Amino acid sequence: MTTVARSLPKAAPRPLALRRPKRITGFWSWFTTVDHKKIGILYGATALLFFVVAGVEALLIRLQLAGPNGTVLTAAQYNTMFTMHGTTMVFLVGMPLAVAFGNYFIPLQIGARDVAFPRLNMFGYWVVLFGGLFIYSSFFLGGAPNGGWFGYTPLTSTPISGGALPGQGPNFWCVGIVLLGIGSTTSAINFIVTILNMRAPGMTLMRMPVFTWMMTVVAFLTVFAMPIITAAMIMVFFDRNYGTLFFVASKGGDPLLYQHLFWLFGHPEVYILILPGMGIVSEVLPVFSRKPLFGYSVVIFSGIAIGFMGWGVWAHHMFATGLGPVAISAFGLSTMLIAIPTGVKIFNWLGTVYGGAVRLTTAMLFSLGFIAMFTLGGLSGVLHSIVPADTQQTDTYFVVAHFHYVLFGGLVFGIFSGFYYWWPKIFGRMLNETIGKWNFWIMLVGFNLTFFPMHILGLTGMPRRTYRYPSGYGWDTMNMLETIGAFIIALGTLIFLVNLIFSLRRGQVAGNDPWDGRSLEWSIPSPPPAYNFAEIPVVEARDDWWHRKYTEDSEGRLVRLPSGGADDQADTASEPAGEAVGASVATATATDVALRDTSGATPAPVDDHTDGHGIHLPSPSYYPLVLAAGLPCLGYAAVFREIWWVVPGLVFLLFGMFAWGLEPSVDEEG
Amino acid sequence: MTAIEQSNAGDLVPSPAGQDPAPDPHSGHSGVPNAKLAMWLFLSSDCLFFGAFIATYLLYRDRPGQTGPTPQDVYNIPFTSVTSFILLMSSLTMVLALAAVQRGDYRRFRVWIMATALFGATFIGGQIFEFTEFTRKGLNVDTNLFGSSFFILTGIHGTHVLIGIIWLVSLWGLSMQSRISQGDSERVEIAGLYWHFVDVVWIVIFTVIYLLPK
Repeated sequence: MTTVARSLPKAAPRPLALRRPKRITGFWSWFTTVDHKKIGILYGATALLFFVVAGVEALLIRLQLAGPNGTVLTAAQYNTMFTMHGTTMVFLVGMPLAVAFGNYFIPLQIGARDVAFPRLNMFGYWVVLFGGLFIYSSFFLGGAPNGGWFGYTPLTSTPISGGALPGQGPNFWCVGIVLLGIGSTTSAINFIVTILNMRAPGMTLMRMPVFTWMMTVVAFLTVFAMPIITAAMIMVFFDRNYGTLFFVASKGGDPLLYQHLFWLFGHPEVYILILPGMGIVSEVLPVFSRKPLFGYSVVIFSGIAIGFMGWGVWAHHMFATGLGPVAISAFGLSTMLIAIPTGVKIFNWLGTVYGGAVRLTTAMLFSLGFIAMFTLGGLSGVLHSIVPADTQQTDTYFVVAHFHYVLFGGLVFGIFSGFYYWWPKIFGRMLNETIGKWNFWIMLVGFNLTFFPMHILGLTGMPRRTYRYPSGYGWDTMNMLETIGAFIIALGTLIFLVNLIFSLRRGQVAGNDPWDGRSLEWSIPSPPPAYNFAEIPVVEARDDWWHRKYTEDSEGRLVRLPSGGADDQADTASEPAGEAVGASVATATATDVALRDTSGATPAPVDDHTDGHGIHLPSPSYYPLVLAAGLPCLGYAAVFREIWWVVPGLVFLLFGMFAWGLEPSVDEEG
Repeated sequence: MTAIEQSNAGDLVPSPAGQDPAPDPHSGHSGVPNAKLAMWLFLSSDCLFFGAFIATYLLYRDRPGQTGPTPQDVYNIPFTSVTSFILLMSSLTMVLALAAVQRGDYRRFRVWIMATALFGATFIGGQIFEFTEFTRKGLNVDTNLFGSSFFILTGIHGTHVLIGIIWLVSLWGLSMQSRISQGDSERVEIAGLYWHFVDVVWIVIFTVIYLLPK
C-alpha cells in the first residue's frame, strides 16, 4: 500500500466556547482546579459535611430509640433516616474520605507531580458532589429514599401504584447510586493509572508505601464492583417505572437475584471502605513506633488476598434466605478463610508497635484504637460465618454492632488517624494534640457505649430496622445508654471540627516533617507547592525518606545522616550529626519557608532539572464541571420521567465532552 | 514491571533524573500509555456490567410458567446473523482506519472511520427493526421474564454502539477540520479499543442469547 504522508500542520487548539480559566488562587479557582491536592481537599470537606449530616440522622434514630415506644419520628421518617444514614456513610463519607486522602497523598507518596488525568479527577469530584446533592434533593422533591441502603427487592422495585414504598425515594436512590458509581469509578481508574504509570524512578511496586498499595487494591475493587450495582440499579429502576419483571415473584422473577447482585457489589464494597483505613494505620504505626512496618510484603499480600477473597464471600449476607446447604457451607468456609489475611495484618501491626519507641500522639492513639475496635468487630464477624449462629443473629442488633465496630471503629478511627497524621502536611499547621487526645478518648468511650450494648440487645432478640419497641423486654436501659453514647460521639466529632478550625487559624506551624516521617510526602514543604516536587526524587529504598535521614552505626543504632540526604531540602542539615534515637521534630528552616507556596500562586519558575524546561502543570478547566452538570439533569429526567430535563442534560454533556476533548490538558498560551 | 519502550509522550510522566547510579527509568511505568490503560480498565469494568445482565438473562431464560412469546417464537436468526456480521465487519474497517491514520493517510482514514460508523448504524437500524418486530409479535419488556431481560440486555448493548457511533463520527469531524494527525493516532486507537470491545460483547450476546439451544 502506498503511503500518502501528507504533512498537515496540527491546527492550533481553538477554544470551543469558553475562555480558558486562568485563576489558580481565590474562591473561583476551586471550581476549575485540576490540582490533585485541591481536589483532595474538596473531597475531604464535602465528605466531612456529609459526615455531619449522617451523624444528625443517626442522632435522630437514637433519639427515637432512646426509650420504648418512641415518638420522635414516625415509621416513615425512621425508614428515611436509617436509609439515608447508611447510604450517606457508605457512598458520601467513607468512599470520598478515602478518595480525599488518596488524591492528596498517592502522587506525593510515589513521587509524582499530579495524577494521570487531572481533569477526570475533577470530573469525578463534581459527579460525587452532584450525586450526593441529587439524592438529598429528594427530601424536597417527593420523598427521600426509604428502602434501606441495601434497597432489597421487591420492596424497592414495586411501582408506587403497588403501594410498597411511598414517594419517589427509591427512584432517587437508584439514580443517585449510579451517579456516585460513575464518580468513584473514574477516580479509581485514575488512581490505578497514576500508580502503575507515574511512580518516580526507583519507586518499584514493592517499595510503595502501604497506604498507596491499599488504595490500589481499593481502586481495583471499585472498578469491578460498581458496574454490578449499576446493573442492579437499572433493573430495579425499570421494574419500578417501566414494568419489567426482574424481581416480580408472581411472574417468575427472583427477588433473591437482587440480593446476589447487591452483595456481589456490597461485600467488596466493605473492603473498599476498610482497606484505606488499614493503609493509613500501616503508615501511622511505623512512624510513631520509629520502626519499619513489620512484614511489609506480608501486609501488602494480605491486602491483595483480601481483595481477591472479598469476591467469594457475598452470600454470607444471605444465610437466612434458604440458599441450600452446599452454598451455605461454601460461603461459611470462605468467610472463615478471609479472617486469615485480616488477622495476619493485625499481628503485623502489633509486631510493628512491639519494642518500638512509641509516641502516643493523637494519630497513634486513633490507630491503636483502630486495631482494638477492628479486632472486636472482626471477631463478631467470624461469628457470622458460623451459619447456625448467623441465622440466630440475622436482622438483630448484633449485626448492627458488628458492622459499626468494623466501619466506625475501623474505617472512621483510621480516617481520624489520617486526619491527625496528615493535616500538618496539607495545611502546614499542626492539629492541637491536647484537644486531639480529648477527641480520641471521648470518641472511644462514646463509641463503645453506643455500640457494645447492641451485641447484647441483638442476642436478646431486638430486631433492627424497626422504629420502636415495646417496654418490658429488658431493652430499655441499654437503648438509653446507646443514645447517651451517640451524643458523646457527637461531642467528640464537634471537638474534632473545632480542632480543625482552630488549627487553620492558630495551629502551630508544622514544618516539612513534623513526625519524623518515612515516606516521600514528608520530604517536601507543608503545604506542598503546586508542583509537589521541585525535582522528581530518585527512590533507592522502601521508606526512602527515612533512609535519607538515618543510617545505622556498627552496633545497629540509628544515626542521623549529617546532610539529611535530600538534595534540595536543607532542613535537617542544621541538626547535629549522630543525634540519638527519638530526635525531636525537624523544624522549618529558611529553606522551606522559601520553597513554601502558601499562597498557591503561579507555579514557581523552578527548573525541572530533568529536561531543562519549566514544570508544565495541567491548566484549570471549566469542562469537568460542565460535563458533570449534565448527569443530575438526566437523573431528574429519569426520576420524574419528564423528557424536557433531557435537553439541558444532553447540552451540558455534549458541550462538555467535545470542549473537553478539544482542550489541551496544558494551556500552551498560559 | 516490564521494560517496554516508553511510548507515552503524555505530560507528567517523570523522566529519569540524570543521577547515578541510574535506576531503571522504566521502573515507575507499566509500559502502557496512560489513556490506553484507562480505557482497558474501563472496559474491564464494563465486562462486569454486561456480565450482570447476561447472567440475569441466562437465569431467566428457562423459567417455568412463563406466558407470552418465547425466544423460539420471535427470533429471526438469519436476519440477526446478517446484522451481526455487519457489526463484525465494522471491526475490520476500524482496524483499517487506525492503520490509515498511523500512516498519515487522512483521506483513507476518513473513509474507513465513516464506514465503521455506518456499519454500526446499520446494526442499530437492524436492532430497531428487530425490536419493532418483536413488539408486533406481542413481546414487550413487561410481557414475561424473557422480554424483560432480552430488551434490557440488548438495549444496553445498543446504547454502547450508539455512543461508539457518536465517537467515530466525532473523530471523522475532527479529521475534516485537520485536527487529527498522525501523532494523535492513539486517540483513534482508544476509540478502536472501545469499538472492538462492543463487537466482542455482541459475539457473546449473540451466541448466548440467540444461538444456545434451550
